[in-house]
Amino acid sequence: MITFDNVSFAYHSLRGETRAVSRLSFRVEPKSFVSMVGPSGCGKSTILSLIAGILSPQEGEIRYDSDKKPVIGYMLQKDHLFYWRTIWQNCLLGPEIQKTVDENTKARLAQLLREYGLWEFKDKKPQELSGGMRQRAALIRTLILNPELLLLDEPFSALDFQTRLKVSDDIARIIREQEKTAILITHDLQEAISLGDRVLVLSGRPARLIRDVPIRLTKSGDDLLSARNAPEFNGYFNMLWEDLREEEGDNEGHL
Amino acid sequence: MRDICRTRSQLPGQEKNPEAAERMDDEENKPAGRVKDRKKTVMSDQERYVHEHRKKHHQITALRLFILAAFLILWEIAAKTGLIDSFFFASPSIIAKCFLELLEKNTLGVHLAASIGEVLFSFALIITLSLAAAVLLWWSDFLSRILEPFLVVLNSLPKSALAPLIIVWIGTGTKAIIAAGISVALFGSIISLYSGFRETDEEKILLVRCLGGRKRDVLAKVVLPSGIPNIFSVMKVNIGLALVGVVIGEFFAGRVGLGYLIIYGTQVFQLDLVLTSIILLCILAMLMYQALQLIEHRYYRKTGLENMK
Repeated sequence: MITFDNVSFAYHSLRGETRAVSRLSFRVEPKSFVSMVGPSGCGKSTILSLIAGILSPQEGEIRYDSDKKPVIGYMLQKDHLFYWRTIWQNCLLGPEIQKTVDENTKARLAQLLREYGLWEFKDKKPQELSGGMRQRAALIRTLILNPELLLLDEPFSALDFQTRLKVSDDIARIIREQEKTAILITHDLQEAISLGDRVLVLSGRPARLIRDVPIRLTKSGDDLLSARNAPEFNGYFNMLWEDLREEEGDNEGHL
Repeated sequence: MRDICRTRSQLPGQEKNPEAAERMDDEENKPAGRVKDRKKTVMSDQERYVHEHRKKHHQITALRLFILAAFLILWEIAAKTGLIDSFFFASPSIIAKCFLELLEKNTLGVHLAASIGEVLFSFALIITLSLAAAVLLWWSDFLSRILEPFLVVLNSLPKSALAPLIIVWIGTGTKAIIAAGISVALFGSIISLYSGFRETDEEKILLVRCLGGRKRDVLAKVVLPSGIPNIFSVMKVNIGLALVGVVIGEFFAGRVGLGYLIIYGTQVFQLDLVLTSIILLCILAMLMYQALQLIEHRYYRKTGLENMK
């Protein structure tokens, strides 16, 4: 789907240069779910912005499998649903901007809302919905554009623990059902292991790839809890924890 | 209850048994009655709350009216007993008489209409021009950085000092009055609107960008709608300022209007006319502010923002 080839990026200000990404290379296969973990402030969000094309690499190259850049959907930490729009109008934001609102889009949106339990709430304002429902609405707003690649920038971190488990379970299921490629940035190692097919471990700033771990879990079910209860889970967790601890030194509070 | 009905229809034999049916009715009635009772107590608590709330509201209104009435009565008594000179300070009855005379001569409508028209026109121009300027400054960071010091200086100028200059530049009459009305509020309004636009959540802007939006989409989909609460508060300040500006304009350049009445009254030493005009100005300012507040409340109710607060 996408290949990073020796990509580097630095921010410039009057105080000097801050190197955010250094000679980073990795590849994401189509329909895979890749998690990225790294010490805080290591430049993970810069990597997402590079993938999304909001920033351009200063060195190296980003290649896409097809000739054209794939349609990319972005999910952020907060849902950023607009309080002045109903759920229906919020979900139609993308097509409205791209001027592609037609009967087909509306029918597809209706189907997505029905499928993911938000149909009765379509005329409600976001502030009338729970945190989990709002994140689902935010995902539908992304999915309606039919993105080939989903970028998830800590999309669950603003939720409380219980909602977080439920919502990440929900969203991972929706992404797999829709056969999307997804890149998840997270601070939560358990989330990274239980959701991803692969975990990329990044170094502190400037971000380099220090480990690329394929995840193979013997799961009893399809949900995240069975992923967390898989016998291999702890082995992966300890390995990634060690990697990050070495990177972050004694600063473990961020994990 | 629906469950009970379903049970009954599933067991048709029971319907023929009047005793059982009666028992069933009893069962139906009991919980319903209990629910009714519970509802009643809940309602009465609710009613008590509403009652208390209304009572407090009425008390506040009554006290406000009392203070106003006490002030008017004391003023009247002071004027009647010679404690204050009614020539300089007038009295409520003199003002009422003056008001009625103005009404009879049919001049009040003319003056009021002139002032209201000028204020509304200035207000509309202030809002339109400052919105356009704020959008332009938001659009071009380069331009805003160039113009910022000029805006700050223009905003801190004492605007009443500009009024004589305005007359020299554009002559007397409505044009000058409206120019004075605009000059008081325009620059402050631009600065407030522009800073409001700049405070738009960066991540919301990023979201629109990620959805393929250009700068004009960011403006139309995020910056303007999320800036509406700020636009309302700027409008509420500006309606008062537009009134101040128009009155200043009428002092210098008016042949009609409440500002003109004040100046005329002062010149011919008819101070009851001055005070009547000032009171009318107060009422006008209050009504226009209330009208804006009503629109703002409607907007919040429509967007559901009221619940969120």
